Amino acid sequence: MSEGHSTYTPKTGIERWFDARMPLPRLVYDSFIAYPVPRNLNYAWTFGGILAIMLVAQILTGIVLAMHYTPDSVLAFDSVEKIMRDVNSGWLLRYLHSNGASFFFVAVYIHIFRGLYYGSYKAPRELLWILGCIIYLLMMATGFMGYVLPWGQMSFWGATVITGFFSAIPLVGDWIQQLLLGGFAVDNPTLNRFFALHYLLPFMIAGVVVLHVWALHVVGQSNPTGIEVKSKTDTVAFTPYATIKDAFGMLVFLFIFAYFVFYLPNFLGHPDNYTVANPLKTPAHIVPEWYFLPFYAILRAITFNIGPINSKLGGVLCMFGAIAMLFLVPWLDTSKVRSAVYRPWYKLFFWLFVADAVLLGWLGSQPAEGSYVFMAQMATLFYFAFFLVVLPVLGLIETPRRLPNSITEAVLEKNKGGGHHPAGATAAPEIKG
Amino acid sequence: MSATDIHDPNRRDFLYVATGMAAVVGAGAVAWPFIDQMRPDASTLALASVEVDVASLTPGMSLVVKWRGKPVVVRNRTEQEMKDGEAVNLADLKDPIARNENLPADAPATDANRTTPGKEAWMVMVQVCTHLGCIPLGQEGEFGGWFCPCHGSVYDTAGRIRKGPAPENMLVPVFQFISDTKIRIG
Repeated sequence: MSEGHSTYTPKTGIERWFDARMPLPRLVYDSFIAYPVPRNLNYAWTFGGILAIMLVAQILTGIVLAMHYTPDSVLAFDSVEKIMRDVNSGWLLRYLHSNGASFFFVAVYIHIFRGLYYGSYKAPRELLWILGCIIYLLMMATGFMGYVLPWGQMSFWGATVITGFFSAIPLVGDWIQQLLLGGFAVDNPTLNRFFALHYLLPFMIAGVVVLHVWALHVVGQSNPTGIEVKSKTDTVAFTPYATIKDAFGMLVFLFIFAYFVFYLPNFLGHPDNYTVANPLKTPAHIVPEWYFLPFYAILRAITFNIGPINSKLGGVLCMFGAIAMLFLVPWLDTSKVRSAVYRPWYKLFFWLFVADAVLLGWLGSQPAEGSYVFMAQMATLFYFAFFLVVLPVLGLIETPRRLPNSITEAVLEKNKGGGHHPAGATAAPEIKG
Repeated sequence: MSATDIHDPNRRDFLYVATGMAAVVGAGAVAWPFIDQMRPDASTLALASVEVDVASLTPGMSLVVKWRGKPVVVRNRTEQEMKDGEAVNLADLKDPIARNENLPADAPATDANRTTPGKEAWMVMVQVCTHLGCIPLGQEGEFGGWFCPCHGSVYDTAGRIRKGPAPENMLVPVFQFISDTKIRIG
């Protein structure tokens, strides 16, 4: 969309000088000012921008925390306590960083569910979607390694359990696990390499974000109707419309984030992580960070052997398979209609899937015993059925509702129905989110 | 040789392939140290074997020593625990292999094969769950052996996996009684 349609005209001498040598101002102008966005984007579309500022915030707080942190198994725990007690504003920076990770995941989950609801992954946005999945994978690796750094009990045992996944791989599993750990158990070499990688990965995320945004600007944004932009009346300029809407979304999001940082800073953490790591004692109940809980529940749901695959490898395969499903979504969904707004059955199954994911998250936080195991098995079954059965089959048998001819038509229809905007007062050509 | 004769492999093709091969081998040689450095280093591999004095352990008592960064439990089992362990039908076991590094790799998981001859009361075992590496709690769970709180694996009094997601019996490391009251592990 931005290709070959530049409306940038350098006005000053300096701008002309730059434009002839390295047209960076032109790139910024075309990408963030004149860039046309669908006029009907709702607040679910503000999470891309929110994620961008969360990434920047995490990198900034992370860099300053690294100036006070010591990645050594003897000193790490105390250095974190020193940040909390002695370093000026250290408590704030650490709470911003640890809660920032959680809110980064809150935002990414909303962003992913938005994509699933409105079919944003469909052609021609498959690559855009897959780049997003890669960012999500990198975020999980970064979040996991970051949680190990304070060297508390949950850090240590979370690292033990998660690196234990790799020992399930036949033949080379133990070798790979030792390669990750740098020893036979989680210890100082593990902490050192996790710190190095935790510092590296956010910059790799930033790199993939550039590709993600690049791909987005080639195909253009999807929108709640799922209908492609057909004429100029279907769009508005990024600035001021999307800019101001994104800014408002960010403000509300950061407001909730700040509430957690200042009033519930440990709500999303685990008290066991304020006990220093002890390799000889496992906490009574190991749980990962909340954002991994659904996958943790899937891992633990496989308590039986599946043919030649033992329960341990089966659990690990299902857990990674659950993430792999996301990569396949563009090809699993056979529907010609993108948006759930026009797909009554898909809309139902989508919300069941959201409920299932939340249920799995809750089950992941519960002990793996009694009826929890059976519930987790059923929830896991539905999780995979949604991707492997519902998405392909529904597209073939569902009768979608009538699609509007264009985004403009959809907006005008909705405004007529809602009666919020008197005719002629459509200076802000958006529908309510 | 004619310039149009491009279908027969000629000297130039050979040079392309040879150059490509050299580049691949070179890239591999450069990559290897970067992978190699991640493996356990010399200080980690230097496994000083541990000697444990078990004179103070009366039946029903255990102690835990750290070996290779992992806990090894030494337990003087009670008569009842030994009886429970011997009474188990091998067909009921999830993992029928002894997993005893002092025995051949295919030794069956009898109670005796989980211990050492003449010292059947003594369990010496890496107390790490074979599922994902947690430390099971001793003398808990429905078989009176070990219970892993992480994902609910249950082991019997000989450390054999009986229920839950763990695939194997807990490992019996290389060890020997160097006197009646001393064990060397490793």
